[in-house]
Amino acid sequence: MEINSIIKVDNLGKQYRLGVDTAPYSTIREVVMDTLKAPLRSLRRNGSDPTIWALRDVSFEIQAGEIVGIIGRNGAGKSTLLKILSRITHPTVGRVQLFGRVASLLEVGTGFHPELTGRENIFLNGSILGMSKTEIESKFDEIIAFAEIEKFIDTPVKRYSSGMYVRLAFAVAAHLEPEILIVDEVLAVGDYAFQQKCLDKMQDVSTHGRTVLIVSHNMGAISRLCQRCILLDKGTVLTIGKPSTVIEAYVAGGAQNRAEYLQPSSFDKDINLRRVAVIDEHGEVRNEVGYADVPRLLVEYEVNRVVKGVSVGLAVFTIDGTCAFVSADLDAQPELLNGRVPGMYVAEIELPAAWLNVGRYTVTATIASAAGGGTVYDNLEVLVFNVVDTGSPGSRFGIERKGILQPILVWTTTTRDT
Amino acid sequence: MSSAPITHLPSEPIVVIEPRSSWKALDLSELWAYRELMYFLTWRDVKVRYKQTFLGVAWAVIQPLFTMIIFSLFFGRLGGMESRTGGLPYPLFAYAGLLPWTFFSNALTASGNSLVGNANLITKVYFPRLIVPTAAVAAGLIDFAIGFVMLVVLMLYYQTPLTLNLLMIPVLVFLITVLATGVGMWLSALNVKYRDIRFALPFVIQLWMFISPIIYPTEILPPKYHWLFSLNPLTGIIEAFRSALFGRPFNWTSLSISAVLTLLSLVYAGFSFSRVERRFADIV
Repeated sequence: MEINSIIKVDNLGKQYRLGVDTAPYSTIREVVMDTLKAPLRSLRRNGSDPTIWALRDVSFEIQAGEIVGIIGRNGAGKSTLLKILSRITHPTVGRVQLFGRVASLLEVGTGFHPELTGRENIFLNGSILGMSKTEIESKFDEIIAFAEIEKFIDTPVKRYSSGMYVRLAFAVAAHLEPEILIVDEVLAVGDYAFQQKCLDKMQDVSTHGRTVLIVSHNMGAISRLCQRCILLDKGTVLTIGKPSTVIEAYVAGGAQNRAEYLQPSSFDKDINLRRVAVIDEHGEVRNEVGYADVPRLLVEYEVNRVVKGVSVGLAVFTIDGTCAFVSADLDAQPELLNGRVPGMYVAEIELPAAWLNVGRYTVTATIASAAGGGTVYDNLEVLVFNVVDTGSPGSRFGIERKGILQPILVWTTTTRDT
Repeated sequence: MSSAPITHLPSEPIVVIEPRSSWKALDLSELWAYRELMYFLTWRDVKVRYKQTFLGVAWAVIQPLFTMIIFSLFFGRLGGMESRTGGLPYPLFAYAGLLPWTFFSNALTASGNSLVGNANLITKVYFPRLIVPTAAVAAGLIDFAIGFVMLVVLMLYYQTPLTLNLLMIPVLVFLITVLATGVGMWLSALNVKYRDIRFALPFVIQLWMFISPIIYPTEILPPKYHWLFSLNPLTGIIEAFRSALFGRPFNWTSLSISAVLTLLSLVYAGFSFSRVERRFADIV
C-alpha cells in the first residue's frame, strides 16, 4: 500500500444486540415490568442477549483521489459501513482514520423542510451537509443553475414536483467540496438526463483530487465510475479489486435460498410441485443472473395419479407485479395434455440472454387445468431473482432503460439520397 | 470552480472513529465548530413556526398576554391575589412571571421533542447532537424578545419607575436559558429511549407552573416552606426577574440556590446526554 491513504479502516466491527437495539424504543412501563418480572434476568441480560455482527473484521485503505464502489446484497453491511464512516453510528470494535474532511450523502435532501422556499432550503441543507454560510453564498447561483429551478427559487418546496425537489437537493450536494465524499444509492433518483449530469459532476469531483466512496446497486454506474470495488458479504469483505472482477464475483456468489424453493412430497395430491429454482447453465441455483447470461427456470414435480388436461406453467413478474410473461409445458409438448404417468418430472425453460431488463423479478410456478379457470393443483409464488447489469446497452450510457425487456435488436440504418 | 488537487495529506488523521467509552464529556470545541448549523436550525425553527400562521409572530405576544388577562380575572380579581402582590398591579405582576415562564415551558416542550422530531437528520448526517435541543431552546428566545416588547409597553402604561436593577435582566435571561437547555437536553435524550416523555411532558410542565411563583408571589406561602420552594430553580429566577423589573430588593439566597441548581442540571444533563448520544442513531 502507498503511504498516502486518505481512509484507513482497521478491523472494524459493529455488533447489534437483538431485542434491545432492534426494538425501536421502549416505554418506561416495559422497562419496569421487565425488571419486576425477572429481576435476575435483567442483571445478566448483557451476556445472554442474542447479538449479530452487522460488520466484522473489515479492513481496507483508500488512496486520495480514488473512486471506490461498495457492493453487496441487502444486509451485507454496506449501510452500516457508510454510517460508521459518516460518524452517524459508532463501531463496536476497530478503528477508522480519516485524513480529510468528510461529507456524506446518505439521502437526497436531508433536512429539507417543505414549508421553506428553495432559497431557504439551499442554505439549510447546505449547512447540514457541512458547508459554511459564505461557501453556500458563493455557490448559490451555480446551485440554482445546476438544479434548473431559477423561476421557483422563492416557492416553498412543498409545491415542487418530485423531479424539481430531487434536482435541487442533488444540486446542493453536488457542490459540496469535501476531501472525502460518501454517497449511498442516491443515483437511483431523478430522471435519466439529470442522473447523467450528476454522474458527470461526481467524476468531476474526483478529478479534482477528491475521494469518493459510493454504494450502489447500479452495477453499470459502479463499473463506469469506480477504479476499485469492495464486495461485502454478511458483514465481511469478500473481495477488493477491479470493478469488473468484483462485480463478477458478486454475480457468481448469488446462490441464496430465495432462488430455490423445495416442497415435501405429498401423496394425497394427484400432482404436486417439489422444487422450483432459478439456475444457471451449469445447474447452479442463482439469486442473481447477469444480463448477458442465460437464466433457466426449473420445475420439479411429482405425479401420484394420472390426471388429464393439466399444464405446468411458469410466470415471471416484475417486482411491482406486472406480468412479464407466462409459459407452459404444453406449448412445446401438447401430448402432455393427455396425462402424465406417475413419477418424478423435471421441466426446464431457458430465457434468452440479453433479454430481461436489469431488475428484480419474481417467479410463480403453477400446475392447473389447461382450460383455464379450473382447478389449481399446486402453486408456488416465492422465488425472487435479480438480473444484474453486466453490460446492458443502457449501461454503456450510464442510464437505466425503461421496460420489462431490454433486448438488443438489429437496427438497420442507411443513408438516403434526397 | 476548480480547486487544487490534494497533493499531500496531513500526517495525523483529522478524524479517528473508535468505539466510545460511555462517560466522555461533551466536546464543546466541536460545538463551536458547528455554530453555523446551530444558527440555521434555530432560524429554521423560528421560520417554520410562523410560516403558515395568519397572525405570525403576533403569537409570541398573544400567548402570554391572553394568559395574563385570564389569570388577572380569575386569580387577580376573583382569587383575591390583587392585594398580595406588594402594590404591583396584578396584570403587570402576572405578565412579568408569565413571560419567562412561557419561554421556559415552550423551550422545554420544543427541545424535549427535538431529537425524536429530527430523527431524519440524526440517522443521515453527522453533527454534534447537542445542537438539536439547544437550537430548539434558542428559537424560543426570539419569542421571548418579542414578548418582552409587550412587557415594556405594559410597564410604560403602569408608569413603572426604571431602576438599576434592570441590569440584572441579561443575567437572569441567561440563567433561565441555561436551565431550559439543561432540562430540555436531558428530556430529549430520555425521549429517544422512552417515548413516555412525549405524554408526560405537558403534564409535568403544567404542574411545574403551579409550584413556581408565576401567578402568585412566594410571600403567600407559609415561610417555613420557602426553602422547599426555592429548591425549584425557577423560583429564584422568576422572583429575581420581577425584582429586576420593578426595582424591588433581590432575594440573593434564593437566586444563588437557583444558579447552583441550574449549573448542576446542565452538567448532569451534559453527561447523561453524551452517554446516550452515541446510540441515538441506532434507537431513534
